[in-house]
Amino acid sequence: MPKREAVALGIAAVALTVVLPVCNLLPASSPLAVSNFTLNLFGKFLTYAILALGLDLLWGYAGVLSLGHGVFFGLGAYAMGMHLMLEIGSKSVYQSALPDFMVWNQVTALPLFWKPFHSGAFTLLAIVLVPGLFGLAFGYLAFRSRIRGVYFSIITQALALSAWLVFNRNEMNLGGTNGLADFKTAFGFPLNHVGTQRALYVVTAVTLVAAYLLCRWITLTRAGKVLVAIRDSETRVLFSGYSPAAYKLFVFVVSAVLAGVAGALYAPQVGIITPAKIGVLPSIEMVVWVAAGGRGTLYGAVLGAFGVNWIQSWLTTSYPDFWLLFLGGLFMGAVLFFPDGVVGALGRLTARARRLLTRTGEPGSPGDRPRVALDSSRARRPGVLDRASGAGPQLSQATLGVMRPPSSEQ
Amino acid sequence: MRNRGTGSIVYLEDVTVNFDGFKALSRLNFFMDRRELRVVIGPNGAGKTTLIDVVSGRVKPESGRVIFGDNTDLLPLRENEIAQLGIGRKFQTPSVFVNLTVWDNVELSLRRASKGVFAALRQPDAHEERERIARTLETVQLADKADGKAGALSHGEKQWLEIGMVIAQDPELLLVDEPVAGMTDEETARTGELLETIAADRSVLVIEHDMEFVRQIARKVTVLHQGAVLCEGPVEQVQNDPRVLEVYLGRQREARDAVH
Repeated sequence: MPKREAVALGIAAVALTVVLPVCNLLPASSPLAVSNFTLNLFGKFLTYAILALGLDLLWGYAGVLSLGHGVFFGLGAYAMGMHLMLEIGSKSVYQSALPDFMVWNQVTALPLFWKPFHSGAFTLLAIVLVPGLFGLAFGYLAFRSRIRGVYFSIITQALALSAWLVFNRNEMNLGGTNGLADFKTAFGFPLNHVGTQRALYVVTAVTLVAAYLLCRWITLTRAGKVLVAIRDSETRVLFSGYSPAAYKLFVFVVSAVLAGVAGALYAPQVGIITPAKIGVLPSIEMVVWVAAGGRGTLYGAVLGAFGVNWIQSWLTTSYPDFWLLFLGGLFMGAVLFFPDGVVGALGRLTARARRLLTRTGEPGSPGDRPRVALDSSRARRPGVLDRASGAGPQLSQATLGVMRPPSSEQ
Repeated sequence: MRNRGTGSIVYLEDVTVNFDGFKALSRLNFFMDRRELRVVIGPNGAGKTTLIDVVSGRVKPESGRVIFGDNTDLLPLRENEIAQLGIGRKFQTPSVFVNLTVWDNVELSLRRASKGVFAALRQPDAHEERERIARTLETVQLADKADGKAGALSHGEKQWLEIGMVIAQDPELLLVDEPVAGMTDEETARTGELLETIAADRSVLVIEHDMEFVRQIARKVTVLHQGAVLCEGPVEQVQNDPRVLEVYLGRQREARDAVH
């Protein structure tokens, strides 16, 4: 890891895991105090950041755009939610051992697939394994059949839609439209207690730091280079002796697990998980976080998840009508004006400022870097991606995808 | 240790490739000796690229046999498995990883026992591997650009980088598709020398259009026409073969006349 990044990561890690919770302990009169509400809100943003990291590894590095990561988030969140529902026991409204919605739906016995979720250990395992194995099966089928580029994105979008439809059905015994809610305790700790929420926040922050280190480690190994190589020219990777399908499957599963863990941390902090969190729209929002922050950098994804959601919580309270307009504008802006996200745009600005200040204006040195980044991120746009031809990189290099490669024979 | 003895390196028997009714290869029979530098020429649509597509596993023929080395059947294998067996392929348009450094491009191509995900996560490169990368970069004269992004290279340099990447794979058989297309005369001459160096200890199959270049490097030439071998032999003999003049050189001359 570059030294500057290590220092920045260290500072961010201390700020998130130590400074914020300590500030939360201060009396409300203190100027440095962080309210319970704010800490809880940040906890939610941090779960999004965990998901965004996996998505960036998949999209920003390997060039595989998933429009269905809400599903994996949902799988983790529902796994956790099921355990929390069972923890309520007979303290529920209907005072039955069954979750309230089952009583309401006249279910008389706990469905078989709910039973293992009584166990906390099983639940923790399921949070990792359910999204992981589902990602493995889905990815295996898609990548083995060499479904790539926009086609893969469309299929993941279909996945998000079908998962949303399935989770909405009462017959699934997952709470239907209302999802799972009214959690009372998490692993024995009362959720309405400030200390429990603070602990959940700290666990989330530590998980985020660990997820960041995991993703950075992957990108620094040779496997990480193979991921970038797949984005550049999948055909070349294949003819260099690597199986792109295996690498894409690996990174897809990693991102699915991270999304699941994020969902599991989300459910107890927000107190509710519904199908509205796993459909097409939330899945696209997740992609917008990464695009707005900046792809292929990891920290861009974290900043994007944090920034976009902060703006969302501000806009939806102050100007509720404005939020969707803003989201749409952000998406268009990210595509048209800052394809490399805020991180890339800032990099370009500072490079330009430095050139103006020093007036050396040497081409190829500082200003060159962002331009390369711009090219590469354009190449990552679906549609310009992954033609099944040896001319892949030509297409990617033709920045706007207008130029065709010289026609080859046959 | 791989067998680098005598005998054929690749052997195609009765291979037919059918693209929706168009026979790109039609009962093609073709074989190459070990350590042979072979040039395949032929007019557009003759099946030249399809031939190396079949050998490298990109296209699966409708019928026929494709044998590598003594008795390895290539037909059931995927492209990456064929590459791992020791068949390298250089594409017509330079195909390099533009967002990685020149060094990383070669590093990824390096021959390794396993190119699986978990091997790639575990092993950092040992001293010996770094030596091999450095040597390859020397061979293709890109050592001074090792730390730059491959996307910043010129067209000719990208072609050499890709050749370097294929050399790093240490293949027994190298398939090269029109290596000098779009190169300057000087670059063409250097590429020719490079290919001859490579051919010193491995088999090389080159597809080429540029007859000047063919004369520079060729020992034995195969002419393809309509998916089958029209004739085969030393370059002078092939050039004077009336059938070849008819289907290939004649047509090219006409085309040249049309331009002037």
